[in-house]
Amino acid sequence: MENRSIVSIADYRKDKIQYLLDMAREFETHPNRELLKGKVVATLFFEPSTRTRLSFETAANRLGAKVIGFSDPKATSSSKGETLKDTIKMVSSYADVIVMRHKLEGAALYASEVTNIPIINAGDGSNLHPSQTMLDLYSIYKTQGTLENLNIYMVGDLKYGRTVHSLLMSMRTYNPTFHFIAPKELEMPEEYKLYCKQNGIKYIEQQDFTEETIADADILYMTRVQRERFTDLMEYERVKDAYVLKANMLGKCKENMKILHPLPRVNEIEYDVDDSKHAYYFEQAQNGLYAREALICDVLGITLDEVRNDRTIIK
Amino acid sequence: MMVAALESGSVIDHIPTDKLFTIAQLLELENFKEEVVIANNLDSQIMTRKGLIKIAGKFFSEAEINKLAVVCPNIRLTVIKDYQVVEKRQVTLPDTLTNIVKCANPVCITNNEPMKTVFYRMDTQTLKCRYCGKEQKLKDIKLK
Repeated sequence: MENRSIVSIADYRKDKIQYLLDMAREFETHPNRELLKGKVVATLFFEPSTRTRLSFETAANRLGAKVIGFSDPKATSSSKGETLKDTIKMVSSYADVIVMRHKLEGAALYASEVTNIPIINAGDGSNLHPSQTMLDLYSIYKTQGTLENLNIYMVGDLKYGRTVHSLLMSMRTYNPTFHFIAPKELEMPEEYKLYCKQNGIKYIEQQDFTEETIADADILYMTRVQRERFTDLMEYERVKDAYVLKANMLGKCKENMKILHPLPRVNEIEYDVDDSKHAYYFEQAQNGLYAREALICDVLGITLDEVRNDRTIIK
Repeated sequence: MMVAALESGSVIDHIPTDKLFTIAQLLELENFKEEVVIANNLDSQIMTRKGLIKIAGKFFSEAEINKLAVVCPNIRLTVIKDYQVVEKRQVTLPDTLTNIVKCANPVCITNNEPMKTVFYRMDTQTLKCRYCGKEQKLKDIKLK
């Protein structure tokens, strides 16, 4: 049987991404259904992540599935020394799909190799987080009407920010122009700049974050600059306030510009920005629900046509 | 230097002189009961100086050859049976290495789970871990 796991979407073709975006749109129109009645979704969070887990569990519940799983690895056999393989094999005999988060890189890929049921990677260490990327793409598509030819400004921690790396790779076929705005210590790693060059992706690097430098943005993707990422704390003190978005910086921005943030935010977007028509980060989180409903259905072999002709919609 | 001809076994030739003892250790030559010849700093037209190992009665498996290829990508392997050369080949790094290389990334799943590693050859000097995706230079590689 073909394994329909979603470990990464970085190498997905345009038509597959469009297919998932169209499916997410269907779920936005009608999020509550009984499409997965009789199915069991397991959410195995070997590393805690309340936001992602709640989003996946809500997606499963709104589609009529039952949810089993754990949110704290301390309460599981893995803390007693059970291997990941054994845990996955055991849960595979109970569930129809496994959503898993793990602190180790490559854990989801390995899990997908030891079971016949599909795995959805809900984050493996600092490696991949495809459902976040999917909801980012859906948010961009929904607000801009297209993924093509956009100016995407990424701000803050571009070195460790897994979400910006995944987004960058998944946008490769849409002719974007990236602007990387980051302090020297947290600039975009060489391997991703090389990826841009190899794939003909245009990018501009800058350190200034001002009203003028973001005036041409279609998407402003903010990330958190974390203190623990700095070896030189004096450098942190110097830059910590330089990458904070304030409402008075939005005067010159384009009408269609939207601000995204993977959340949680700390102080990198001031609260007065929340009232701006450009603020989109809470809607972005909500879009995660529809994107995850689409991902769960896709791995279970439910097609877009079936979603469109679904008679189990709860109105 | 004169060495008796091999009746049956393998000859590893064109070993860089600084890699000879790494190879000897890797093959665990101290455990071989039949004749083993280890020579270093021999004249070579291709590489000026070279190392060479002859092992009687030993025929390498693909997995062993791949291991050699990681340590010394350009050595030459000759297989001899009844004093006849039956195979002579340049050892090259294969496209995929299964369970030979250890991933240098401590938070890679392969270092925390009893499982096989898989590496892909990106170019002549670079391998990439199938699981964590991290690239590693051949010169820094550690074997499993």
